[in-house]
Amino acid sequence: MPYGIDKAPGKSARIVEISGLTKFFGERMAVGGIDLFIDQGECLALLGPNGAGKTTTIHMLLGLVHPSGGVINIFDEPMVERLPEIKMRIGVAPQMDNLDPDLSVLENLLTYASYFGIRRRLARQRADELLDFFALGDWAKDIIEHLSGGLRRRLLIARAFINSPELLILDEPTIGLDPQARHLIWERLDELRAKGATMLLTSHYMEEVSRLATRVMIMDKGKVIAGGDPANMVKEMVGRDVFEIRGDRQELDGVERILSSCKADFDRRADRLYVFTKGPCPELEALAAEHRHVTRRPANLEDLFLKLTGGVLKEE
Amino acid sequence: MTPRASMVWMRNARVWMRHVTASLIGNLGQPFLFLLAMGYGLGGHIPPIKGLTYLQFIAPGLVTSAVMYSAAFEATYGSYTRLTTQHTFEAILMTPVSVGDLTIGEVVWGATKGLVSGLIMLMVMPFFGVWPSPWALALIPILFLEGVFFSALGLITTAVADNYDFFNYFTSLLITPLFLFSGIFFPVDSLNPVTRAVVLSLPLTHVVTLSRKLCYGDITDGWVPSLLIVVVSSVITTWISAVLLRRRLIK
Repeated sequence: MPYGIDKAPGKSARIVEISGLTKFFGERMAVGGIDLFIDQGECLALLGPNGAGKTTTIHMLLGLVHPSGGVINIFDEPMVERLPEIKMRIGVAPQMDNLDPDLSVLENLLTYASYFGIRRRLARQRADELLDFFALGDWAKDIIEHLSGGLRRRLLIARAFINSPELLILDEPTIGLDPQARHLIWERLDELRAKGATMLLTSHYMEEVSRLATRVMIMDKGKVIAGGDPANMVKEMVGRDVFEIRGDRQELDGVERILSSCKADFDRRADRLYVFTKGPCPELEALAAEHRHVTRRPANLEDLFLKLTGGVLKEE
Repeated sequence: MTPRASMVWMRNARVWMRHVTASLIGNLGQPFLFLLAMGYGLGGHIPPIKGLTYLQFIAPGLVTSAVMYSAAFEATYGSYTRLTTQHTFEAILMTPVSVGDLTIGEVVWGATKGLVSGLIMLMVMPFFGVWPSPWALALIPILFLEGVFFSALGLITTAVADNYDFFNYFTSLLITPLFLFSGIFFPVDSLNPVTRAVVLSLPLTHVVTLSRKLCYGDITDGWVPSLLIVVVSSVITTWISAVLLRRRLIK
């Protein structure tokens, strides 16, 4: 298979299993006893506000942070005892750019391959494939310092594939990129996921998560507060449609009164009323049809995220 | 060196090859200028020491100081840049390379740079009219060990440094005094007993002694304890640097 994705051999389809994982930095609890698993072929997205403990969790998976408690098993092996062997089979695209700025694009890939003990010829072959796949071929000989942010990100992700990983960890893979660059990365990751790659993803872009993740876990203050299939979670916890109604206070009071019989959640914010419907609501349909200050859209992951992590949304 | 440590070494070598000229001039400039100023300038006014002209007397010591400066600077400014601004260590630790591999790769790399500087100094000595004996070949592993010691010492400093200014302590309080008081510029035995004891406790003193002996083929006696001190201090500092680097990198 091209682009270096190996399906995990062996009987178990469980790639990662974590239980009771905890981390304290001094007094501060960064991760508070989380349980988590990833099966082969899944793309699990960890969502959460900054400081929720996502990156700390990933760093514990990689042995870069010592857990204060809990057990991590990866590929059915205890992480603590078999760290180098396990890391041979993991690819990481970190949140922070840590490419070698003095080296060229190609040299970056070859150097990284050497840390995995990949022979020069095979490394060269994989590097060429990855440069091609991530559309980096034109820059192969360019020094990293002269590259744009989008190109660096692409290389950072390409580098994660150099060892044909069975588990790919992507920590905010498209952070700070323009839409074009982001879409190119999404297309590539989509393609790899369709081929059966197992991924752990963290992100702040809900569009990215909706597109790539097969399952999401929402973290807040070091705890997992919800998890499951993203579409089902949105349907169950937010609703089917969101109506956004603009108007002054009296108007919105009136609208809320009319809609009180509907099965829906309401949220008021400044001059806007958000209505999250859980079933058909003819009054609202009528309102939307005649009122031009009403917009309607399907409920999405962002609504769920804001609701659960204490954004502007509150349960009615 | 473990295979993974050698990959860390290779990575550094690859980057170094891009700036090799600037790097060598930076590392060798100082010992060269000292050789000129002290050896030729001052040396003309100084009577021979133990049968050696002043230039002959200081040249072997300046070989060892070139090793010290190159190794120590690589393991401080160089390693600290890889630790902090470039996040190279973090990138490496996401692969199967362990902190132990990383430490050994970094220490041996610093020692290699030290050795390269020392060898260049050794090779240019004849241009100053100083001809080393064939025994000087035996000096090569000793210079490498000296490089390991100073590289590890630098890495220890790197592991506890908060910023680049911290290395001023390292340079001013450790490296410069070692350079001046390790018997490079004056014979240690002419000192009063107390000062002499202090100077003999400094690791560089023993490398300078060995360097001078081997450069002029004087292998009579006194080299075993010096060699032992160099070996033991290199091993201990490397071990400490691994412990401290682990503490810095794994939270």
